[in-house]
Amino acid sequence: MTDETPNNGLRTQRWLRRAVTLPYLWLLLFFLAPFLIILKISVADPIVAQPPFTPLLEWGAQGLAGLKATFENYAYLFVDGYYGIIYLSSLKMAAIGTLLCLLLGYPMAYYIARQPPRRRQILLMAVILPFWISFLLRVYAWIGLLNNRGVINEFLLWLGVIDHPLPMLYNDFAVYLGIVYSYLPFMILPLYANLERHDHDLLDAAADLGARRWQGFIDVTLPLSVPGIIGGCLLVFIPAVGEFTIPALLGGADTLMIGRVLWDEFFINRDWPVASAVSVVLLLLLVVPILWFQRLQRREQELGR
Amino acid sequence: MKKRSLMLMTIVAFGYALLYVPIVSVVIYSFNDSRLVTLWGGFSLRWYAGLLGDDELLGAALLSLRIAVVSATIATALGAIVALALHRVNRLRGRLLLSGMVTAPLVMPEIITGLSLLFLFISMADLIGWPTSRGATTITIAHITFSMAYVVVVVRSRLAAMDESLEEAAMDLGGRPVAVFFDITVPMLLPALVSGWLLSFTLSLDDLVISSFVSGPGATTLPMLIFAKVRLGVTPDINAITTIIIVLVAVAVATAAFVSGRRESAGVRRTASEG
Repeated sequence: MTDETPNNGLRTQRWLRRAVTLPYLWLLLFFLAPFLIILKISVADPIVAQPPFTPLLEWGAQGLAGLKATFENYAYLFVDGYYGIIYLSSLKMAAIGTLLCLLLGYPMAYYIARQPPRRRQILLMAVILPFWISFLLRVYAWIGLLNNRGVINEFLLWLGVIDHPLPMLYNDFAVYLGIVYSYLPFMILPLYANLERHDHDLLDAAADLGARRWQGFIDVTLPLSVPGIIGGCLLVFIPAVGEFTIPALLGGADTLMIGRVLWDEFFINRDWPVASAVSVVLLLLLVVPILWFQRLQRREQELGR
Repeated sequence: MKKRSLMLMTIVAFGYALLYVPIVSVVIYSFNDSRLVTLWGGFSLRWYAGLLGDDELLGAALLSLRIAVVSATIATALGAIVALALHRVNRLRGRLLLSGMVTAPLVMPEIITGLSLLFLFISMADLIGWPTSRGATTITIAHITFSMAYVVVVVRSRLAAMDESLEEAAMDLGGRPVAVFFDITVPMLLPALVSGWLLSFTLSLDDLVISSFVSGPGATTLPMLIFAKVRLGVTPDINAITTIIIVLVAVAVATAAFVSGRRESAGVRRTASEG
């Protein structure tokens, strides 16, 4: 970047500046514009028509008739306590799922980071590998395991540990399991990237000074790994809040998650304005964790240079 | 101390078991003759044979593959340009907006991306008469948009680690920027481009939520079909599909590991002989 021959660097730059116009326009059209439209529809009245909402800008006889906006859809979300409960329940389920993921992912990342380099690669590969197999199919696989007549229940019955099948599918337990299972790599990778950088001399020094291993972990490793913990947790929490597939396949009728409700609101009730308002509020809920994550990433990038 | 490491080992073993037990069980039961999941009715390939005669399924698989190849290719090209521009161009106009737009899809709930894109397509059809119908094209556009974000991440991290002196030398020798770009930069970026492409391909092949929103009648992708089937519970033919996909992924990963291993050792040898 600090080019000794600015002439050549500038030529590439000019070329890139022109080339980037295409993806730029692409993103403006297919990423930014859709959000403006969702905002627009969320303040429209539902009508029975195609598309089933009133236009925001109406050209009347007297020119621009004015901005037709209604906040009824939002009011509906808050007056009708149902949505409040669903948002809270989604946040709660995502938070518990993230915590469980951390409790399992941290020891795994810690263990991997302390292996010799060759084994580290293999163990890490083994964490990433399932990610390449369809997410939908991996979630589906749990149905066969958790069923009342599924592999786990049959096995436990055969062992005689239980005398009637444990209800493990179509409830919140299955959803938590699904979240932990699906997002475990996203927790382990940032944690590993952090733990791998740790200076083991610090721990040795702590040990030399008479610290027990457990104490060394609490006083040295854990505080140093906080950025990794935050990164991993955000990477799990953010997508988990709006998750659709896991609650749709593994959750019960009483599993309230916003992704699924939004799907139903759109595909079954066909109430587009309310569906839009639901998504806008969901985005607002996620703004803080998303911005936090982006700041963390920027700092990480600066560290990497 | 002993006890603690035993506990650690148990947790680690549990974690890996969690990752692999579901996959292994699906593979085993795909060879089960019985329709019931838990009853072992003997070894059979009937579910695989059944797949071959299932035109609906084959059609969905072909559609998904076509969308995945096209969207991964375009997303890789566009994503690479964005990554290069963000990395190399000083004072890029609208840089903050660009980097924001390109990282946001990584954390955006799919359900919102899908809903908002559908509204866009409907509004566009209203305004300019395109797209006239939703299907493979609209799904491809949606997939390009979110895949691009992943490509940018992969290529940027490669760029950050790359040595730029080779390109500078080529420029000093009078190479035209476009020629230098395709002769030097692209080959150097190749590993990142390949992994970006593979990632996009997988994400596209896997996408259920966004496709469901932006698709129209007549265009059912493989995940959409699978979802419709498994919503009702376990079906043995889906076990067979899963197994086929697992085998394909395993072959692809092994090939990639083999190729990159050879490339790396070749690279090491080259640098060793040069140094």
